[in-house]
Amino acid sequence: MSRTQRVNAAIRKVPSWLIYFACALLPLWYFYLALTGGLGVEPINGLELALGDLAMKALVLVLAITPFRKWTGLNLVPHRRAIGVIAFFYVLCHLLTWAVLDVQSPARMWADIVKRPYITIGMAAFVLLLPVAITSNNLSIRRLGPMRWRRLHMLTYVICALGAVHYVMVQKVWEIEPLVYLAIVLGLLATRIPSIRREFAG
Amino acid sequence: MARRWTNDLSRRDVTPKPVFMNRRTLLASGGALAAGAAWPAQASAEALDPNTWDEITSYNNFYEFGTGKTDPKENAGQLTTTPWSVEIDGMVDKPGSYAFEDILSQMDIEERIYRLRCVEAWSMVIPWQGFELADLIAMAGPKPDATHVAFQTLMRPEEMPGQNYPILDWPYVEGLRMDEAMHPLTIMATGLYDKPLPNQNGAPMRLVVPWKYGFKSIKSIVRITLTDSQPPTTWNLSGPQEYGFYANVNPNVDHPRWSQATERRIGGGLFSSRVDTQLFNGYDEVAALYEGMDLETNY
Repeated sequence: MSRTQRVNAAIRKVPSWLIYFACALLPLWYFYLALTGGLGVEPINGLELALGDLAMKALVLVLAITPFRKWTGLNLVPHRRAIGVIAFFYVLCHLLTWAVLDVQSPARMWADIVKRPYITIGMAAFVLLLPVAITSNNLSIRRLGPMRWRRLHMLTYVICALGAVHYVMVQKVWEIEPLVYLAIVLGLLATRIPSIRREFAG
Repeated sequence: MARRWTNDLSRRDVTPKPVFMNRRTLLASGGALAAGAAWPAQASAEALDPNTWDEITSYNNFYEFGTGKTDPKENAGQLTTTPWSVEIDGMVDKPGSYAFEDILSQMDIEERIYRLRCVEAWSMVIPWQGFELADLIAMAGPKPDATHVAFQTLMRPEEMPGQNYPILDWPYVEGLRMDEAMHPLTIMATGLYDKPLPNQNGAPMRLVVPWKYGFKSIKSIVRITLTDSQPPTTWNLSGPQEYGFYANVNPNVDHPRWSQATERRIGGGLFSSRVDTQLFNGYDEVAALYEGMDLETNY
């Protein structure tokens, strides 16, 4: 067995529940930090930013798994579902922090969603994420059939792009970090162009 | 000159050091339960309390030192503020370079406890020490035709790392109309909690215009120019639809990307409620300056 094969075998052996458990602890850790002063003197904004950053990283990771396997031979595909569901969980935590702790009222939430393009875009990404997250199980693959399921899950491409644009637009100036994320997302999406063409060519 | 301004927040409203130190300890050591139980009483008390030294000096927008809120505290230590001089020029009788100590020696330093409302919809209450800008302008002898005052921040990329990135058009510049500059509420701050102004708060001397969004209150000033036209201002150049010349605090005129109707007082913790923003940040005495002006177009 080559080294890559041995590493891949080891990756496959990591139980999914461990990934879910470890990753789900991170938002709780941030929440604890926010409560105890670890996120600075403005913990609401601090928590919102920390969770948004986490969500962005998880989305990029999900998107990177296939090209990463192609380029390095390392295979994280067995854990792609777990990482995807975790990304959804992070987005949900980010959204809840915004809604409950930051904006604090359904009327203000709605006003922001309608009037503020970066909120509209972030919200659109979340709405698109819902069907993808709900169908992240074997039963849904059987029910929908592989082709429809695969196409539904291609929404991930749109979601990641919207997420990165949302991140860039929140800033008051053109900041480097969000632009780097946007560039990475667009780069990873570019590697998908051939497979998207094939998928919809007929 | 108009009457001198009197404070409606007194020194008694400043949280005594032992009290806020205790509060820190409570928050740091107590678990979620202890903090939660203490929270309602604390929230109501803080409606009048000025923010703590720690809050005022660790949560700053000073893009010359980075765009993160804690970047200024981390990066501003290297800024040299002695010697410091301020160039006062333009339409004045006595233009020239004024040493900071000479300015200080001629001014009456007094305390002003002001609300500060950031354009990002958060706010603090800050116990500044400083002098009225009107006194400084009077010292330089303003010519009667001057209509505006322009300000400029230090440009020193080797000590202000943010200036190495073209995120804003450096150096930072701001401006006021003459009547705004001469208003007794407008001060040059040189101290905070009876200590010299920390670098991250705009040492050694910064503008404070409490009825305008924080970005108007330009920091670490090296140049003051009296002119007869409206001077360019940095955030207005960066985003003219988002930041106007006036930038008066106004809950009825939203920033295009967020509402200005409410704000969050810094210091209330993770569950602090939003409070309503007041027109002119509650400083109604300036309303007369804008009589007959459409505040929606002159944002």
